Amino acid sequence: MIKTNHQIVYESAGDALVIRLWGEIDHHSAVDVRTRIDDKLLAERPHRVLLDLSAIDFMDSSGLGLIMGRFSLVRRYGGKFAVLDPSPAASRMMSLAGMERMIAIQYTKQERN
Amino acid sequence: MTRSTVDFSARVENELDMTLPSLSVNEGMARAAVAAFCSQLNPTAVEIADLKCAVSEAVTNCIVHAYRDTVGDIRINVKLCEGRIVQVEIRDRGCGIDDVKKAREPLFTTDAAGERSGMGFTVMESFCDSVRVTSRIGRGTTVILTKRLHK
Repeated sequence: MIKTNHQIVYESAGDALVIRLWGEIDHHSAVDVRTRIDDKLLAERPHRVLLDLSAIDFMDSSGLGLIMGRFSLVRRYGGKFAVLDPSPAASRMMSLAGMERMIAIQYTKQERN
Repeated sequence: MTRSTVDFSARVENELDMTLPSLSVNEGMARAAVAAFCSQLNPTAVEIADLKCAVSEAVTNCIVHAYRDTVGDIRINVKLCEGRIVQVEIRDRGCGIDDVKKAREPLFTTDAAGERSGMGFTVMESFCDSVRVTSRIGRGTTVILTKRLHK
């Protein structure tokens, strides 16, 4: 049995679905995370989606593809997408790609890096 | 053990060699092992995060591109050198890269459907002092990451 290094928790807040990811996002975990989130999004089509990255302690460029892919999916069905409280590991990868120019980032828990 | 030469003149103080099959679960194993080995130099948390990201990108390239739907060996060699220099060599015997210059361009990817961002080499270059890539079609690719840790 190979241990998983990530976890997904969903929370509803009004018309928003908060998707909280825990652990490590790499190519290995991104495949599973993507499939599970997309099943949820396509079944429920929430008007607002907040991807909470505050509990991410490792992220490489696979995380960029994961964020962009969910952003595109939500936008395609007419919803709104934002990243919530990216951890330092997530934030530096997003900054490297200039992602803040395309995707809304909301900060509620920590100072912006 | 015969120690391979380093691509610069610094003396090698310690060395780790490991070979892992190109299974995606080993991405985490590879970066954790490199980080653990480098910890004897007391790197900062940021330096460790940089090395982990760069190694993860290089190993992912072996799995996603070099071996694609097959499984082959990924050889990882870490050298801790005089002057707090870390050199990590990641080598595969996969398909090779047709145009290395193109592959290193930001956002270039041959696997957009797999949601690859095309940022792998950019991440390696951003988090290391140098990234050297040599590749031969049908023979494989070697990536050498070099990072000097703060004193």
